[in-house]
Amino acid sequence: MSKKNRKYREHWYSGITEAFQMFFPGSKIYHTIPARRARTGVLFILPFIIGFLAFMVKPLAVSLQMSFSRYIINTGEMTYNGIYNYNYAFNTDPDFNKMLVDEISRMAINVIATLVMSFVIAVILNQKFKGRILCRIIFFLPVILSSGVLPGIETNSSSLNLLNSMSEAMGDSSGVNIAASIEDLLQVSGVGQGVFDVVFQMINSIYDIVMASGIQIIVFLSGLQSISPSLYEAADVEGCSAWESFWKITFPMVSPLLLVNCIYTIIDFFMKNNNQVMEHINNIYMNGVRMDLGIAAAESWIYFAVAIVFIGISAFIISRAVKSYE
Amino acid sequence: MSKDNTIFIGKNKSFKERNRRSGGYLMKRRIKEISISVIRALLMFGLCFMIISPMISRLSMSLMDEKDLYDTTIVLLPRNITLDNFTAVARATSLPTSMLNTLWISILSSICQVVACTLVAYGFARFEFPLKKFWFACVIALIIIPPQTIQSALYRTFTRFDLFGLITLFNGQPLNIRKSLWPYLMMCLTCMGLKDGLYIYMLRQYFKNVPESLEEAAYVDGCGTMHTFLKIMMPDAVPIIASCFLFSFVWQWTDLFYSRNFLSGYKLYAPELSSITDRIADELSKMAGTPVTPSAGRSLQLISIGVLFCCIPLIILYCFTQRTFVESLAMTGSKE
Repeated sequence: MSKKNRKYREHWYSGITEAFQMFFPGSKIYHTIPARRARTGVLFILPFIIGFLAFMVKPLAVSLQMSFSRYIINTGEMTYNGIYNYNYAFNTDPDFNKMLVDEISRMAINVIATLVMSFVIAVILNQKFKGRILCRIIFFLPVILSSGVLPGIETNSSSLNLLNSMSEAMGDSSGVNIAASIEDLLQVSGVGQGVFDVVFQMINSIYDIVMASGIQIIVFLSGLQSISPSLYEAADVEGCSAWESFWKITFPMVSPLLLVNCIYTIIDFFMKNNNQVMEHINNIYMNGVRMDLGIAAAESWIYFAVAIVFIGISAFIISRAVKSYE
Repeated sequence: MSKDNTIFIGKNKSFKERNRRSGGYLMKRRIKEISISVIRALLMFGLCFMIISPMISRLSMSLMDEKDLYDTTIVLLPRNITLDNFTAVARATSLPTSMLNTLWISILSSICQVVACTLVAYGFARFEFPLKKFWFACVIALIIIPPQTIQSALYRTFTRFDLFGLITLFNGQPLNIRKSLWPYLMMCLTCMGLKDGLYIYMLRQYFKNVPESLEEAAYVDGCGTMHTFLKIMMPDAVPIIASCFLFSFVWQWTDLFYSRNFLSGYKLYAPELSSITDRIADELSKMAGTPVTPSAGRSLQLISIGVLFCCIPLIILYCFTQRTFVESLAMTGSKE
């Protein structure tokens, strides 16, 4: 092969042209091994490329367009009406703003709590004790039990917040409610109200947190198990206490996984079915009175933008924090 | 040092004696160990119980007669055991049909997803081609973008389905295939199904960790790419592929989003479950002739039974395959 051709092949779009050339015989095909490998590689990921273009990029473009226009589902016509939908979502829709803020603040707390919780549980499960395997089985169970329709089905059903009313009734009848009285006591003691609110919110949603941390536990656990025991041995010989070796060895070794887990948790939380905003968008879309897909599209774009910003911020913070350990 | 010295502090002495000789250190350590294990056991028991308790309460509630629901003296053990609730729920969710539909659709779509994802993941793990980084960024984007964003647009795409204008050319008008199985199968085969980005990521991570020399040996011996993939890589990758299959099966089983939007032509269990109280209310109203809604406790009970129907097959499956579930996740290493 001449030098000129080789230079051409290294161009950024050469893979595409080669893939193209493969399907249209007669044009020139390069027979070097890297070229052939590249062609095969493109062939391997071809399903993904097709799918991504057809079922992700195109719908994304359409939905972006839809969010700027008025779309009536029965007739299928689309008319441009500027930022009306976004304006509607922020200013007119009575619930959207409030739900969005609620969800985001709830998520910020829950993500941190999930990470801490799953890390602690993983550390405990990494120790040797009886019934460890059983515990591991049970902690992974939420991956199955809290997927799809299952979470929040009891609270989301049409007969208004059954569970809440039921549990409130139960709480009243049982007389002494320990959690509530502790809450009162601590609030009287005069330390900042806001701090306690956050803590109590965490404690109250501990069920949700444990249910959401199945995969994260396993990821952390695999990270913990990949730390070589000789590190701990060396630390022990040097006179490190268990507490010190936890912060100097365990935490830095596992902290790269924090990023993966954090992103996974955020995404998981954003896509949960029992998410108010999701439910709201679904309602507009599926069985709302308005049946206006434009507004649904606009709201989901806002939601998506928020998610991206959130993931970006946390990825930035965590990657910074993790780097300082290395 | 001789054997009588400090290292072997009284091998056959009692604990008390040894503790005295060590200056109280032994006792301290012992207390610390015991207290740690007690706290750990309590914590683990509490958390495990918290995870399981909803299932237990659902199970007991499902057996209760309606008047037991409002009896405050009954907590877990029902007084009047009845199985009528099960039949009611089975009727409301048209059980055998919806369950069977869910089963075969889940299996079919999982197979499609896993096949497509394995191929793509292998491509990403082993081949160098231009734009590779860009496409992998697209995989990450696929994980991040919530499908709800493109929900309405996909809806539109499939109600007026057209392949580069070909169908309009032959048929005169675009096809409405939203109610058939094809849209979802197409999406699965092109890695756009439920959480496919995640499977691609997991499988790629696995394939990257396999030493390359295996394949090189195969190439040297004259094995083609596809042959190498099928004969050398696949047999080792069976556990991780199986776990991807299980994940996608389980998630597909409980999935509401895709079932509601793209598989609405089939009676699936998850959508039926999500509207179960409405169905029961309809049925009751039909019987009574006037609009009736089931009482709060009653509808909660019905939902619990529905959830039980949904979960029990999955839990049984999980009991037999939990090793595959858990260990494959650990195997991917998931460290970048």
